[in-house]
Amino acid sequence: MPELGKYAAEVLSAYGISLTLLSGLVLWSVIAGRRMRARLAKAEDELAKGREAS
Amino acid sequence: MSLWEYANPRRFMAASGAVLPWISGLAAVLVALGLAWGFFGTPDDYRQGSTVKIFYLHVPAAMIAINAWLMMLVASLIWLIRRHHVSALAAKAAAPVGLTMTVVTLVTGAIWGQPMWGTWWEWDPRLTSFLILGLFYLGYLALWEAIDDPDAAADLTSVLCLVGSVFAILSRYALVFWNQGLHQGASLSLDKEQNVADVFWWPAMVTLAGFVCLFVALVLLRTRTEIRARRLKAVVARARMS
Repeated sequence: MPELGKYAAEVLSAYGISLTLLSGLVLWSVIAGRRMRARLAKAEDELAKGREAS
Repeated sequence: MSLWEYANPRRFMAASGAVLPWISGLAAVLVALGLAWGFFGTPDDYRQGSTVKIFYLHVPAAMIAINAWLMMLVASLIWLIRRHHVSALAAKAAAPVGLTMTVVTLVTGAIWGQPMWGTWWEWDPRLTSFLILGLFYLGYLALWEAIDDPDAAADLTSVLCLVGSVFAILSRYALVFWNQGLHQGASLSLDKEQNVADVFWWPAMVTLAGFVCLFVALVLLRTRTEIRARRLKAVVARARMS
């Protein structure tokens, strides 16, 4: 850990808030992407089954 | 091969699926390397002390926040002129990334400004134009959510994007247009005389490259999600009809 002196709180809070925001954005994007892929696969599967049945 | 071929959603999905793992990995490595180098491996500034370490987050985030809007502008113009759906969806996908980068810029700027300027906020031309850019990002996202018809939403958000581009450009050149305010001039410039010292410049460039890769990776990932959401609507509509 580098010696941050009297500005340690400012530097650490800037890094903490920024990395939290960026990690949140990445997580949100990945989770939303996976959910959408699963929903689409399920809907396409159901459509295919419906066509086979009719 | 023409770039326009990627306006085809199938081609876009195939190409972006191949590129995404590599660009994501590169983003993770460069952001981690650049920030670790800047945080642990660089000295304090003789005037700003250790707060100079905020530079490695603040400047790359600001550059992405501005250029994300300019990317949205290009994508919006492509939508308005050539009606390629992928370009409208890419613009929509980039907006949350640009908004997050704008928030990171404003927050790190406020935290940095307090000990250096003695204030969290000042109605300085660059700070104010950046805040307005952030509000344009919010308005752009709200407009997408407010309109049900996707083509009408793409039309109106594209027009909003054209208008907001004035503030994206202002937030970059505010200091040149109005030579006043607390904010300093460019820290990273093509003009070597204006640049910060090499010891700060190199880790900043690595972090900036990482942020660019992160932006591209997130836009590709989110555009793929938007394309799948469109496809899902079509599949659901087809299922209802059959």
